[in-house]
Amino acid sequence: MPMRVLALAAVLGTGAVPAAEYVPLAGGTFASVLPADANAADVAVAPFRLRSQPVTNAEFLAFVTTHPQWRRDRIARVFAQASYLQHWPSATQLGTSALAPQPVTQVSWFAAQAFCASEQARLPTWNEWEFAAAADGTHVDARSDPVWREQILSWYARPSDQPLAAVGGAANLYGVRDLHGLVWEWVDDFNALLVAADSRDQNDPDRLKFCGAGALNLRDRENYAVLMRVALLSSLQASDTTLNLGFRCAKPADLNP
Amino acid sequence: MNMRLSVLMATVLLAAIQPAAAAADTLAAAANPGYVHGDFGPPRGDPIHAVLTSPPNVPAPTFRNYPAKVIVELEVIEKELPISEGVTYMFWTFGGTVPGSFIRVRQGDTVEFHLKNNPNNKMPHNIDLHGVTGPGGGAASSFTAPGHESQFTFKALNQGIYVYHCATAPVGMHVANGMYGLILIEPPEGLPSVDREYYVMQGDFYTTGKYREKGLQPFDMEKAIDEKPTYVLFNGAEGALTGDKALAAKTNQTVRLFIGNGGPNLVSSFHVIGEIFDRVQQEGGTHVQENVQTTLIPAGGASIVEFHTEIPGSYVLVDHSIFRAFNKGALAILKVDGEPNKAIYSGKEVDSVYLAERAGANLAAVTQATKAAAAGKLTKDEQIKAGQQLFAGTCSVCHQANGEGLANVFPPLAKSSLIAEDPKRTIQILLHGLTGKVSVNGKDYNSVMPPMSQLNDDEVANILTFVLNSWGNPGGRVEADEVAKVRAAPAVAPAAGH
Repeated sequence: MPMRVLALAAVLGTGAVPAAEYVPLAGGTFASVLPADANAADVAVAPFRLRSQPVTNAEFLAFVTTHPQWRRDRIARVFAQASYLQHWPSATQLGTSALAPQPVTQVSWFAAQAFCASEQARLPTWNEWEFAAAADGTHVDARSDPVWREQILSWYARPSDQPLAAVGGAANLYGVRDLHGLVWEWVDDFNALLVAADSRDQNDPDRLKFCGAGALNLRDRENYAVLMRVALLSSLQASDTTLNLGFRCAKPADLNP
Repeated sequence: MNMRLSVLMATVLLAAIQPAAAAADTLAAAANPGYVHGDFGPPRGDPIHAVLTSPPNVPAPTFRNYPAKVIVELEVIEKELPISEGVTYMFWTFGGTVPGSFIRVRQGDTVEFHLKNNPNNKMPHNIDLHGVTGPGGGAASSFTAPGHESQFTFKALNQGIYVYHCATAPVGMHVANGMYGLILIEPPEGLPSVDREYYVMQGDFYTTGKYREKGLQPFDMEKAIDEKPTYVLFNGAEGALTGDKALAAKTNQTVRLFIGNGGPNLVSSFHVIGEIFDRVQQEGGTHVQENVQTTLIPAGGASIVEFHTEIPGSYVLVDHSIFRAFNKGALAILKVDGEPNKAIYSGKEVDSVYLAERAGANLAAVTQATKAAAAGKLTKDEQIKAGQQLFAGTCSVCHQANGEGLANVFPPLAKSSLIAEDPKRTIQILLHGLTGKVSVNGKDYNSVMPPMSQLNDDEVANILTFVLNSWGNPGGRVEADEVAKVRAAPAVAPAAGH
């Protein structure tokens, strides 16, 4: 089984994780599922760079090795709940339950933030993530394409008691991989998604939580699929971790390429 | 609940009755069920852990005469389950089943609700119980990420049968994936005692593949929005309540069904073929309607129906929007065992030929065959043609025009292993019927085929010759005198093991 061999190699050959690749995105105005105001205005996304792949177990292991305060046996409880990295065999080891090339999951927002800082990066904002994820292999905005939508919905239908795939799925137009169909991903402003919705209008403040109210946000059928990611993110606290939640990092546009 | 009315009623009742304060609530509620608000004061006694049941089972009555604190623990589990033969679906469930676990409490109880979201789940979930008075029916207080647990407490003020469901966006998808169930809030005096209680819930399902297309079928959002379901089902799977899993009762019993409809889209025209509902609490409300044939159950609503069993046999539960029953799966069986009662239902007494205008077009081949038989020159081809028309009138109702039968209910005649083993046994089955377990093409069936002895020897011979020469069966011919011999012989006892 080649995956397992790869995992062992990564475990044994400590620290040989190559630097992550960041790809540039031009940004622009963009019709978010969570519009900028009550009139469904487009949001403006400034140019930025995005990690081409989610952070892997191997990369996160290298991070906790050099930043031991983020090991699962040393982390302050306020930064991560008890399930943090619990699928790893030990605080400093990977194994069959967590292979090196799989995306890291069971990480809190605080830990994800710290990892990104160690790469001189930050978590992407929701709008940055959404902008990058709207593309397919050939279009900047493929959200009206049934194939794009199907890719998202089929992941929801896939049982999650099976091992996660390794990172490195098909690249989109920008060269970014695995935005759909692998894991949920933390965003910098995850806990502002609902707050922003509240302040826009005087509607029910918990519009995503109620029968019927969620449908008010549904501007078109495609949003249905993306909205579920918003719902997941809005259910979380910053110290929470789940088995299907990972992250990637973003950086400002490179002014001196 | 009309607050002003309830306050008024309570005042009037208290003025009229004037009992000891502690008993006033229960007495008032019993005297005027449905109008008195069910706040019977703070919970008494030790907290009780509610026993939840999987469908079609219903927890035992509470048998309590005081308000208690009841702790309910319900776990959300996302899991792949069969939706039809060889077809699976990624269900999102309350308690591992569709519909979710049945919850039973008493009016006035204080319910401490724990909603757990299994760590392996992908999605956040919450719960809206229609029996809760409060914003979102609990949804506001129970939004729960995977690997977390939420707790909220409510007082069950109104009695009745209520739907609960997940209300996380997109609500329609969470409901379409099976996230609904029933909570019964018993009246203070309890429900009248019955012999059987069952829990059945209808739901519509939307898969990208066609009806019965094999494999793991993903949710189809387009079909859901267009309200064009692939499946309409009782208890979450085709065959969930047929064959060995059929509901069971005996004759002379009172059966109570708690019938819910999870939707997300369709309204159910709930009917039990061959029964009349003696009592129906329409829409789960307090007032009883009597002598009802078909009762409407709204999406997100439920009813309590009761009937008394008289005659043994298989009673088919359907959504009487009838294509849903026979083409989308909305079919369940209640099997009633016991002694026949000819005074109430005789079974078939007379079947004489009545051709009228049908004789011309539809039954021309039958007429032709009858003439040929009389002349002693009947050919196999004439028999097949006549048999085909007779089959369409008598047999296709159950075995279907294409001979495929109905999964788990009526065995197929097409390419049938049973026919291949012993073609002539079909004469015996047709004349004397077949009751009990029978294996056809590797699947077990356990239902009742009544004797078709009203058919004359020519008709039986023609029908069987048609069947033997259709749908991949071995061919051959059945002659009228063979039928006459079997008819004259005594009926063979049903197969051993029945």
